[in-house]
Amino acid sequence: MNEKTGFFRKPAVQSLLGSLISILIGLLIGFVVLLLINPAGAGAAIRTILLNFMTKSSGPALMKALGNTLVKTSPLLMCALSVCFCYKVGLFNIGAAGQYEAGAGVALYCALGLHLNWFVCLVAGMLAGALLGAISGALKAYRSVNEVISGIMLNWITLYLVNTILTAPGIKDPTSPYTLTLSTTNPSAIIPSFGLSALFANNKTVTIAIPLAVLIAVAIWVILTKTKFGYELRATGFNKDAAKYAGMREKKNIIITLAIGGGLAGLGAGFLFLSGYMQWSVTQTSVPGMGFNGIAATFLGGLHPIGTIFSSFFIQNITDGGSLIDKAVYPSQISDLISAIIIYTCGFAAFFRQMMNAFIAKKADKNEPNANAVAEEGGKK
Amino acid sequence: MLLLIQYTLIFASVLSLVALGGCFSEHSGVINLGLEGIMVMGALGGALAMSRLPATTSPFVIVVVTILTAVVFGVVYSTLLGFAAINFKADQTLIGTAMNMLATAASTVFVRAMNTSVNPNNVSTEVSYIATKPAFIVKIGGFEFNWFMLIAVIALVASYIVLYKTRFGLRLMACGENPQAADSVGINVYKMRWAGVLISGMLGGLGGIVYITAGVSSWKFDVGVAGYGFLALAVMIFGQWKPTKIAMAALLFGFFRALSYVYTGISWLASMNIPSTVYIMMPYIISLIVLAFTSKNSKAPKAEGIPYDKGSR
Repeated sequence: MNEKTGFFRKPAVQSLLGSLISILIGLLIGFVVLLLINPAGAGAAIRTILLNFMTKSSGPALMKALGNTLVKTSPLLMCALSVCFCYKVGLFNIGAAGQYEAGAGVALYCALGLHLNWFVCLVAGMLAGALLGAISGALKAYRSVNEVISGIMLNWITLYLVNTILTAPGIKDPTSPYTLTLSTTNPSAIIPSFGLSALFANNKTVTIAIPLAVLIAVAIWVILTKTKFGYELRATGFNKDAAKYAGMREKKNIIITLAIGGGLAGLGAGFLFLSGYMQWSVTQTSVPGMGFNGIAATFLGGLHPIGTIFSSFFIQNITDGGSLIDKAVYPSQISDLISAIIIYTCGFAAFFRQMMNAFIAKKADKNEPNANAVAEEGGKK
Repeated sequence: MLLLIQYTLIFASVLSLVALGGCFSEHSGVINLGLEGIMVMGALGGALAMSRLPATTSPFVIVVVTILTAVVFGVVYSTLLGFAAINFKADQTLIGTAMNMLATAASTVFVRAMNTSVNPNNVSTEVSYIATKPAFIVKIGGFEFNWFMLIAVIALVASYIVLYKTRFGLRLMACGENPQAADSVGINVYKMRWAGVLISGMLGGLGGIVYITAGVSSWKFDVGVAGYGFLALAVMIFGQWKPTKIAMAALLFGFFRALSYVYTGISWLASMNIPSTVYIMMPYIISLIVLAFTSKNSKAPKAEGIPYDKGSR
């Protein structure tokens, strides 16, 4: 029994359980809404949302669908990492959406306007995101502008700026509101696949962006927890003044953090738009949801870079699953509804942990009067 | 020119209503980033009321019922923020973001399900309220006076009086500045913060219906309210959390938004050939610059965003 309480006391186990409960609540409410709309197909619909690509009948079709989901998971993961990295340093990077826009705008401009190759486009997109992040950081460090506020402003400024830049002839398709496709205009700007697409039934949009995103997630985890640099950043997040007193340059750290966060989000946009999966619509008048979904994935992933890999995949999976349900009966936005409820319940994570600890403590008290002493002994072993 | 004034006033009405909502919430100590979502819900409530009321109803009844429904929807939705941020001490930025996502998703799902239940082939997310919309408008020459403009002015004056001239308002602001001190003199901080959040729900919901009836007579709910909630937050900060300055900021922001719609009709502006996106970006750029110069001695409530814990010192 002792070992069991120890297991549930672990923070990692608690945040995993918290995330699972959030998911369950989200799915349950989603299911009830489906039942209310039409009880007959609700079971099948929630199954489709959850299983997504696994509902495809043949092997190749299944792999192709999985490939599509993964292609969209990689930018989501990058945005989530961006938010996660900054949050660990005590900064709420709501500007990830804008940094993502900047990355998309510059990457596509380099690809379609300047006909550069994929690597240059990708790096340019990353730098654009980083620049935007650094602006937010500098405003915070030197002018005490809250990063949430400057992030929101920059999200909108960047959206319209990118729309304007990408409307130029040679970049935008004259017959539609979208930018030209990379495959017809500049195939060298498409991120290479190195044979990966063969694994996914020749899904041409599957590129090395996917494994790269996972590697970056691991790298972020290592940087944050195993290096002096990461330690300094986290110390700045805990207490700016204490960090300054300890000889850390807290202003520089804030700017660097948001620049890295911005770079991650910008890179994410490059991963998506340079895979040739989709084009930018220059008439869009709302900030793309990717940055906000990134916030959802971050918190669902327990604010852990590795957890974020799984949560990003999960969120993208149910989003794609939503587009597969019978649209004559159910709206595909049901997935967005589920995601939104999941992120709302994630807000209760701290409370949940508290409850759990209180429950464990109470149970231990009741079952064994000297449980604490035993637990301490167990801890020493 | 008349059109420019009309648009400026109606957009300023939207922005000042929602910004005042944010103002009440933040003065009580809760950051309301979910204003965008609250607007969507208010818009949904108001639009449903307008589409259900028969066109033969007297204009007065239409106006009152629409406003009440929008307000109720906004207030009910804002309880999501109050519950999480005040009672459960959740991260307010996270909850606000979730509320914005949830409002758009939920209203889209709801409107689509409703449309499909009436006509199985109708999969749109649109609510039309063309029949009852004229109830809000009084034509004075070429100028279309909208009752919402009057309501925005009333809300401004009322907010000013409530915040600065009543015991309730001063206590509310105390909870956003120093909740521990407020508690020590017997003010119930939790109650005050709930009041702030619910008032922001009321004004935000109202702003939502004003926004979607401003220029059009039907609304597609999958686009939400296109960032007006965030623009209102900018107005609130630009207005330094004070009703009078918020009114000025709303007029300025509303003016630029109106310009982006009507500049083609003003010959010297049209001849400059500036794309409409520039006018749309203007308010954001101006507020960012102003913030950069004024944030050092910001007038923001000192304790905003920090969950109140009775036990902490």
